[in-house]
Amino acid sequence: MSLTVYAPLGMLGYGFPERSLEAAIERHPDVFAMDAGSTDPGPYYLGAGRSYTSREMVRRDLSLLLPAARRLGVPLIVGSAGGSGAKPHLDLTVDIVREIAASQGLAFRMAVISAEISRQVLLDALRDGRIHDFEVGRELSEDDLAACERVVGQMGVEPIIDALRSGAEVIIAGRAFDAAMAAALPIMEGLDPGLALHMGKIVECGSLVALPRTSDGVLAHVGTDSFVIEPADPEKRSTVELVAAHTLYEKSDPYRLAMPGGLIDLRASRFERVDDRSVRVSGSRFVPADQYSIKLEGAALAGYRSVCIAGARDPILIRQFDEVMDRATAKVRSDLEGRIEADAYQLRYRLYGRDGVMGPREPAPDGLPLELGVVMEVVARTQEIADTVGALLRSASLHIGYTDRIATAGNLAFPYSPAEFPAPPAYEFRVYHLMEVDDPLELFPITYETVGAA
Amino acid sequence: MTRVAVTSVAEYIRSKNAGPFRLTLDILFRTREVYEHIKKTGQVTPDVVARLYGVSIDEITDFVFFDPGKAVKITMRRPVSSGAPGDTDVYGAQQHAPLLVIQLDLPDHLA
Repeated sequence: MSLTVYAPLGMLGYGFPERSLEAAIERHPDVFAMDAGSTDPGPYYLGAGRSYTSREMVRRDLSLLLPAARRLGVPLIVGSAGGSGAKPHLDLTVDIVREIAASQGLAFRMAVISAEISRQVLLDALRDGRIHDFEVGRELSEDDLAACERVVGQMGVEPIIDALRSGAEVIIAGRAFDAAMAAALPIMEGLDPGLALHMGKIVECGSLVALPRTSDGVLAHVGTDSFVIEPADPEKRSTVELVAAHTLYEKSDPYRLAMPGGLIDLRASRFERVDDRSVRVSGSRFVPADQYSIKLEGAALAGYRSVCIAGARDPILIRQFDEVMDRATAKVRSDLEGRIEADAYQLRYRLYGRDGVMGPREPAPDGLPLELGVVMEVVARTQEIADTVGALLRSASLHIGYTDRIATAGNLAFPYSPAEFPAPPAYEFRVYHLMEVDDPLELFPITYETVGAA
Repeated sequence: MTRVAVTSVAEYIRSKNAGPFRLTLDILFRTREVYEHIKKTGQVTPDVVARLYGVSIDEITDFVFFDPGKAVKITMRRPVSSGAPGDTDVYGAQQHAPLLVIQLDLPDHLA
């Protein structure tokens, strides 16, 4: 038995060439599966409930994919909808799907799978000892849960398979393990889970495993002993090097890939060239865990922000910049004493040209740069405090004296007026832990609806 | 034996987040022969990387030679989680520069 999975692109909203879709359709795919999410862009999108990709581009991608899947009569599965896969993100994507259905006269049975978990359920699990740290370096606390705007769990294949079995033709899922969307149908049809999940891991990034590198899709032909990867665009090629290099990408251990319910063991995996554009993979094994766990993600508000961007060009200043930062910071703290509590704000400088990119891990650079890119930022308890401190920091940094100063008209070149501006709030990941569950479905309720004419 | 810059025998040298709390570094070698030689001779180790990054060896959480990819992978804790106040690189994609100065001893025929 063999199935063809079509992953049209690596991230919904990134776009793909229409001719790749046309070529993929010729290959008779059995399912359209795509990952729409990632924690890559940082905690803001989960914390703020905002989508990482624009509505317009998501709409563009789905308005091509949805009718194509319907014409072929195959399921279309989107996971980690809206990027972070919590309720607002899921709602956004479901909205777009309904809009496209209406404008194109499409009718289908849709399943919406939620991945946002209530605080009470999480508290109960925490108090029960069912939530564990695996990477943060500390156990989860009740404070962490209280601080997070929303917490999602990464679903495995099981809820998606449940929806498929219930006759869903379009499945929009919240936060999901990235390989789950592509692996669901093959596993449901009895193909080897190790192969299906490894395949899912490879195709979920779309054509990162193909050259030339542009946002595009891949096809995976999954059989009983192996799967074959080929790019959707007939002009592109996938190679053993690319597929193997991709297996390394964004992971700590390329041989053992942890996932809901177990791990994929790649120690016996083989990557073989089929022809100059396709690769066969075999030998990947799924090892079930004794206890089914799912990964939780939650982002908490860290504070409100004010940011100022400036440049320094005077070589004496650049040489003395540590002194400027120390003195300006001291002045701001002293000016605010008795007015704003010290723990209501944090301020920092980033010096591009020196160690802005690597921060504390920058090996000591030689020499001094021609100019410094200075970013000053404040993260504070309220926007008003952030703005107040930001203005003071900008002003102090601009005027403060330093040893051997000969340019006394102003220390900084501002590109903008206003020099400092409010930035979106800062968030941080506070939940990134594993939760034990008895049933892979229990945290991921599914609702069904008939979209369009019955 | 000839001493060469790692940049002359590597296909990719890159950094990226592996989740919001880990930074993972990859050095993919162009040829299997060079990869096998490096794997065998222990010239790239957790200790070497820890020193290049100025971190304690305890910060290195994983170190793997991945044969199918002809690559060595080193993972370490991020100083701050991705996007948290004080983070310098949300994606972790520009943290690889310290690896570029690595010098490797290769048999003359591989250099």
